[in-house]
Amino acid sequence: MAHGLVTPGRTFRDRAARALDDPGLQQALRNLDVRLGTAAEVERDHRALKDRAAAIRRETLADLDGWLDRLEAALVARGVTVHRCATPAEARAVVADVARRVGAHVVVKSKSMATEEIDLAEALEAVGFDAVETDLGEYVVQVAGERPSHIITPVIHKTLEQVATVLSEEADEALPVDREALTDWVRTHLRQRFLDAGLGVTGANFAVAETGTLVIVTNEGNGRFCTALPRVHVAVVPVEKVIPRFTDLATLLPVLTRSATGQRLSNYVSMISGPRRAGEHDGPEELHVVLLDHGRRRLIGTPYEAMLACIRCGACLNVCPVYRRVGGHAYDSVYPGPMGAVLTPLLSAGLSGRDLPSASTLCGACTEACPVEIPLADLIARLRADLRAPDPVAPGSRRPRLRRSAFGLWARIWSSPRGYRLSTTMARVVGATRGPETTTRWRRRLPGVGGWTASRDLPVPARRRFRDQWSSRS
Amino acid sequence: MPKVALFVTCVVDLVTPDTGFAAARLLEAAGCEVEFPGGQTCCGQPAVSAGEPEAASRLARHFIKVFEPFDAVVAPSGSCVAMIHHWYPQLLDGAWRRRAESVAERTYELSQYLVDVLGRTDLGARLDSIVTVHDACHMLRHLGVRDAPRALLSAAGATVVEMTEAETCCGFGGTFGVEHGVLSGALADDKLGHAAATGASCVVACDQACLLHLEGRRRRGTEGPAPTHLADLLAAGLR
Repeated sequence: MAHGLVTPGRTFRDRAARALDDPGLQQALRNLDVRLGTAAEVERDHRALKDRAAAIRRETLADLDGWLDRLEAALVARGVTVHRCATPAEARAVVADVARRVGAHVVVKSKSMATEEIDLAEALEAVGFDAVETDLGEYVVQVAGERPSHIITPVIHKTLEQVATVLSEEADEALPVDREALTDWVRTHLRQRFLDAGLGVTGANFAVAETGTLVIVTNEGNGRFCTALPRVHVAVVPVEKVIPRFTDLATLLPVLTRSATGQRLSNYVSMISGPRRAGEHDGPEELHVVLLDHGRRRLIGTPYEAMLACIRCGACLNVCPVYRRVGGHAYDSVYPGPMGAVLTPLLSAGLSGRDLPSASTLCGACTEACPVEIPLADLIARLRADLRAPDPVAPGSRRPRLRRSAFGLWARIWSSPRGYRLSTTMARVVGATRGPETTTRWRRRLPGVGGWTASRDLPVPARRRFRDQWSSRS
Repeated sequence: MPKVALFVTCVVDLVTPDTGFAAARLLEAAGCEVEFPGGQTCCGQPAVSAGEPEAASRLARHFIKVFEPFDAVVAPSGSCVAMIHHWYPQLLDGAWRRRAESVAERTYELSQYLVDVLGRTDLGARLDSIVTVHDACHMLRHLGVRDAPRALLSAAGATVVEMTEAETCCGFGGTFGVEHGVLSGALADDKLGHAAATGASCVVACDQACLLHLEGRRRRGTEGPAPTHLADLLAAGLR
């Protein structure tokens, strides 16, 4: 996804190599399990709950536009202003207009991947607003001038020592390397920002079509501050966040929190049904909902529709061997890990993240961990094929014909036993001309082999194939 | 006597033919009559990994033609069998899909066939080694086979010591291993490190591709127990 802050390295491969050589990052990643708990394992016992969650998500996607219309009607009936935005630029303009109109100088934000996706904080800063992240991890990331590296735990790429360094610089005093002390400093510092804020911006974890309720899940209570204190609240809600019924929350909320952090329920669950009404004592005077499409609705009816079921729990990141080894920044996208490898090229219509589907061993740990049954590994493999075209889901996009690819030629030869025998005879002659135990320099130069021999010795073909020996066995 | 068509896989055919013979001996020790259909080549998995489904489906159709006459097909590779079970039906349409599903129903990974189909764990092999098992991803997640190799090892007298993260990928990953060689090597180091911590003399798996990847890394200096195919280890212990 395009964003203002660039991670060094042009490709995933470059960035992954840097990540492997970054001792601070490697130390932070080693603590991933400890810091996240074993969410995936907790979840394994809740198959039935996950089946229900997946069914609700499938039901929603089967009539996404219908549920969105119902959601909009319910929101409007509660006095909410709804803005349907097709692009990030439209969404940014809507929020900036609201901020301008209410005369806000300070905008407080709770953690929201949708606002990261549209670069909202940077856009607001660029037109003169002071946009302040109020989630602890997001705040650290913002102060450090970085991007979140995880969709649930934004600053998981930093050690406690590194966090203390970042915050000490901001505080202009040496803060102790101590979780509680650092949190206290941020809490005190942010309190004034909340009081100064004219606008609060949030995302939403779910938007209930039946009741027009926005549901925001947090652990720090900052989301509640953002929605209750400022005079105006804007929620940026991607279209797939809609769910049909209020009772669906009984399934989806615990599935989200268990998969995300291993919690039965998060510390705070805010359910917002409209702005302050006559006679009510708190809540914002105005509530705006930005329904963001950004390439989502066009995935309906394609093989990638299932990706819209994603509830952003981060379970696929936590179990991905690649993510766990290189962290989120190597993906250079708002959405890292397996879900990011699928979502990034899809939402950008193939303009960014084109090499992310290669960043997977297809081990399937992501598919197994996904609480809403998205076949992530299969979608990654499918994208590798569909990204041979400029846009992976454009109906007119054509992939190169079979015969033009090296794999096409290989498949032609190997789909005949004679072709297989002849081609492997030649390969064995090539392989056997040097000592079997070493990777010689010329062998490293064989096409397609350099990536392998960079880190491993190449397996050497046997002198006699199984098939040659078998015929002399019996 | 069950008749079994042995699909050795291209990797075993070309690189580690002994594993094919080991698989045949184990099947024979379990009372099977083993046939090697000479028309076999490759299941096509590398093409799926490379994003070339047309090439993969061409090899899938070839595989189906070669193996559909047989009542049981057994391969010493969890990922090649998973290719047939998981990907063939997705790659093919219509009548070819039905033929694929029919062949897939009769295609088994070696330990799965011995333990889950034939109900055999003790084939007469005797081992006294300490081993640890790497659960290769596709065998574990697409075929759901986890216990069968352990049952065979235990019945042969081997001591199975579980490593940390036995179910985490070794980092091979088909084209991933070539495109992201350095990262792939780092994941191999993690796997070999976990295996070494058990004190086992070998790390056992049912996929030669994973094992050759680990062995290639070991030859570059990473310490760890010898990557060993289940069939090779068990067949060596046959009297």
